[in-house]
Amino acid sequence: MHNKETLIQWLLATVALSAIAVLALIIIFIFKEGSPVIARLGLAKFITGTKWSPTRGMFGILPMILGSVWVTLGALLIGVPMGLATAIFLAEMAPPGASRILKFAIQLLAGIPSVVFGFIGLVILVPFIRQWIGGPGFSVLAAAIVLGIMILPTIVSVCYDVFKAVPEAYREGMLALGATRWQTIKMVVLPAAKSGIIAAVILGMGRAIGETMAVIMVAGNATKIPVSPLEPVRTLTSNIALEMGYAIGEHREALFATGIVLFIIIALLNTLARIVARSEKV
Amino acid sequence: MSETEAAQDRACKISARNFSFFYGEHCALRDINLEIKRNQLLTIMGPSGSGKTTFLRSLNRLGDLIPGTRHEGSLEIDGTDVYSPGVDVADLRRRVGMVFALPVALPMSIFNNVAHGPRMQGIRHSKKLEKIVEKALRDAILWDEVKDRLSDHASRLSGGQLQRLSIARVLALEPEIVLLDEPTSGLDPISTLKIEELLWELVDRYTIVLVTHNPLQGARIDSETAFLLMGELVETGSAYDIFTRPKDKRTEDYVSGKFG
Amino acid sequence: MKMTDRRITLLFTCITGLTILILVFIIGFIMVKGLPGLTLSFLLESPKEMGRTGGIFPAIVGTVLLTGMAVVIAAPVGVLTAVYLTEYTRDTWLPKIVRFGTESLAGIPSIIFGLFGFLFFVIYMDLGWSVLSGALTLSAMILPTIVRTSEEAIRAVPDAYREVSFALGSTRWQTVTSVVLPSAKPGIMTGVMLAVGRAIGETAAVIFTAGSSLRLPGTLLDSTRTLPVHFYILAREGISLENAYSTALVLILLILVINITAYAVMNRLANKGR
Repeated sequence: MHNKETLIQWLLATVALSAIAVLALIIIFIFKEGSPVIARLGLAKFITGTKWSPTRGMFGILPMILGSVWVTLGALLIGVPMGLATAIFLAEMAPPGASRILKFAIQLLAGIPSVVFGFIGLVILVPFIRQWIGGPGFSVLAAAIVLGIMILPTIVSVCYDVFKAVPEAYREGMLALGATRWQTIKMVVLPAAKSGIIAAVILGMGRAIGETMAVIMVAGNATKIPVSPLEPVRTLTSNIALEMGYAIGEHREALFATGIVLFIIIALLNTLARIVARSEKV
Repeated sequence: MSETEAAQDRACKISARNFSFFYGEHCALRDINLEIKRNQLLTIMGPSGSGKTTFLRSLNRLGDLIPGTRHEGSLEIDGTDVYSPGVDVADLRRRVGMVFALPVALPMSIFNNVAHGPRMQGIRHSKKLEKIVEKALRDAILWDEVKDRLSDHASRLSGGQLQRLSIARVLALEPEIVLLDEPTSGLDPISTLKIEELLWELVDRYTIVLVTHNPLQGARIDSETAFLLMGELVETGSAYDIFTRPKDKRTEDYVSGKFG
Repeated sequence: MKMTDRRITLLFTCITGLTILILVFIIGFIMVKGLPGLTLSFLLESPKEMGRTGGIFPAIVGTVLLTGMAVVIAAPVGVLTAVYLTEYTRDTWLPKIVRFGTESLAGIPSIIFGLFGFLFFVIYMDLGWSVLSGALTLSAMILPTIVRTSEEAIRAVPDAYREVSFALGSTRWQTVTSVVLPSAKPGIMTGVMLAVGRAIGETAAVIFTAGSSLRLPGTLLDSTRTLPVHFYILAREGISLENAYSTALVLILLILVINITAYAVMNRLANKGR
């Protein structure tokens, strides 16, 4: 009986290790495939090169790195204030019944596939920008808006949980001193929830940087560095997805190398999120 | 007391020798020396935090589940230390049944609650299981109340019924020792009385250790009694002696209601 | 003072309203545009002329096959991992590593899973563009979700159940299988369904691993095309906007039904707990 239990424990441990095994395989395979081209070109040249022209053997991904950065920052600019306001409304202002239904609706928003978001952006947002704001429509702005909406559910649900975790006594203390509801939120709830909000923003950032299909459909995908939000842009993820279908040889390696850069950025963000989460616990 | 005394096998069932138990640095039991005879009902009294529950949980080694615990001295059942390396803990726990303070319905039917233990032991035969369940429920004086709704979810029973179901669950394994950890603390007076009466029925076949923080219950049950205070065994004796002529001042304070 | 308070409440109400409006708009827009083309024959026929006419039957089959297999692979691994993390570990290095692994996997973008699946399953394991490659890739992707939700569900099982079971002489494994997992089952189901919802809508990880063949897959080693991939190709290559809308509608309805069921199960649980 005792032996059987020990055996089970070891079997479970083995199964549990599969997650880390998958992670290791991902790292090994992508680095193995992508690192030779980086080694050949030199890391600096690869990530600071401004020309991406596979047919001429030029692989500089600076435009894509900057593209991902711009698009992600834009998405945060739209998604964070909106998400934060929605979370505050749901957690602090709305009556509980309404809040539950609205929160449910926002969770459903999270379930809509990214291709559908991209498609709606393509048929509505892009023409709208072209007609009313200017440029070709396919732009940093369009991608930022679509991504901003896509990260809303993440921001809302994480922030909502953080607000709900702030002890009721804090609020009551402030209200008893004659503070208004907004003052209470501003002076007690938000400061208490600060690290949780930062964690939500980092999570949203990770989602935005990693998003592929929605961005491809609205960003225009030009491989030059955009100088205005109305110009087309290509992100790291789009670069991979757009060309994987036909890339061979060094070109394909360069796409995996793009994946390495993306992976490292995400790993850094995850580490940051973990540090923030730990500081919150203390 | 006197009726059962005659029938009692004088052999010692449980014996603690210089037994101490620690949660990390905190000493929950200190140098306990105690003997419990076969087919004896022992009531352990004491205020909360006196180590009563820790003693019970040492007997079936449920205390092991908490990390950072350790013990000193010996705690023997039938002459074998429960902490000796050869002991199969699962088997020990089948021999030493335990009823908890809060009645717990395992999330399944009444029948399955009682059949759970025997099933885990590998008894699959349904006729045999039915027999075991009926006997256990009869012994726990619950059969007549539930025999027509054995497939109901157990959470639909009342608190008192649930606690008798907990007892039936333990009896289904035919244990040698039954430990009860304040089994009536959440119950109304009538349910409490039913369980107290039940104990005297069971003592012919089992060695029973009952823990209570309520001196009145100790007096009512009127069995051999031990008084624990802050991890120390203050005194043992018959309930009559403990309540009418306590040897220790602390015991007197407790039974007269000065604390606890 | 009171005025600012009221204004801010109004502002926040409007922003929340806008968020909800976007949701309603997206679903409504797809509904209106997609409903006319959504007929029984659209669901049950094979596509013709690259999908310009005809239906989406192979894509439905591909989606169900891929997602179903991904769940069959990921659910047992995920639940057992959660059991290990909750019931079998005391603070040692092993669970820390496991938790690090699942958390890191959860943050990896789907395109990276796509790249990995292509390198590892399609090429290295020589499974080609196939149902199997796609399902294995998806299962790796949804594993963290299943682990996390199962862990939460298992942790929500009252300790009293475990104590009673142990006190009856059950071993740890017996306690897990006979008491803990049955109690946690609804919560685990919710997590699995949410994972299914995520897998169904996935495009980037699937397109490079399962391919985009329009034929009905005969074996698990045949290439297939899922609904989101089909939709993406129809829309992006401008093959048929009308069919794209109808495909999107099928996809969205499928995901909504799964997610609403999942949350309904969760809500019923929460109410029962009260």
